[in-house]
Amino acid sequence: MKRERLYPDDPAGPFDAPTVEFEDREERTIEIRVYDPDGDEYERLVEMYTEFDPADRAQGIPPGREERIRSWLDTILDSECLNVVAWHGDEAAGHATLVPDEDAYELAIFVLQKYQRAGIGTHLIEALLGHGQASDVEKVWLTVERWNRAAVALYKKIGFETSNAESFELEMALRLN
Amino acid sequence: MKVLLGIGGSEDSYHALERTVERAAVADDELTVAIVENPNSDATPEEIETRVRNQLEAANVDADVRHVEGDPGSSLVDLAESGGFDQLVLGGGQRSPMGKISIGSIAEFVLLNSHKTVKLVR
Repeated sequence: MKRERLYPDDPAGPFDAPTVEFEDREERTIEIRVYDPDGDEYERLVEMYTEFDPADRAQGIPPGREERIRSWLDTILDSECLNVVAWHGDEAAGHATLVPDEDAYELAIFVLQKYQRAGIGTHLIEALLGHGQASDVEKVWLTVERWNRAAVALYKKIGFETSNAESFELEMALRLN
Repeated sequence: MKVLLGIGGSEDSYHALERTVERAAVADDELTVAIVENPNSDATPEEIETRVRNQLEAANVDADVRHVEGDPGSSLVDLAESGGFDQLVLGGGQRSPMGKISIGSIAEFVLLNSHKTVKLVR
């Protein structure tokens, strides 16, 4: 895409960097930590995405089969990317990522179905942005399906502004630093 | 089958070219390639034509190659109807660094406005 993306003038936040611990609306203790590539967190994420409801896919991600999930995770868990994971004990409940794209980062967030509507998404995105802010990320963008009102409302609350409304998907942008 | 392929120089449009030419060779399709001006692509019509001709030659497929001026989406829809095509083929979208697929503006217009069957190639 050759079109220039517009960002808000002022930075959003500030956001707290992980580790963050809280109790969700179902009274589960959730801990959000920066992704650690050395332990078994990779396999826990594969399990989360294998369990992911296909109805919650957006624009082709997460992919459907384990083989494709692994190759997609290899891309977004690369050391250039910023990743945070929400843990319920040793089960991955949610995952949020910033993937570099020229001078900015593309954001995506996923919460496993049984952990949705419990306030985890808001904490997860704030923790990811806190991690981004601490890592000197300046600009973040995302796309969201326009019928997904809950997600659009969350992104607006966080400080995202619509940067392009002309395609199938709504594009939103935020400044971090 | 009488097939119209629209191509504007984006990566997904070259992928659609490859697959459509392969299919034409096997199915004996009557293929027309329409080169359009995609505002989101830097490729010139001449560069696109060279790649199209190379692909056709490599697969030993005969096709009518033409340049279409003006708005790409509406020109393709018009051509598909006036030319009596069975199917209009386009690239199936670009992937972001994250892996998200977005459908291009030409494909979006064609999908909503074409009275002919539309195929997006992945």
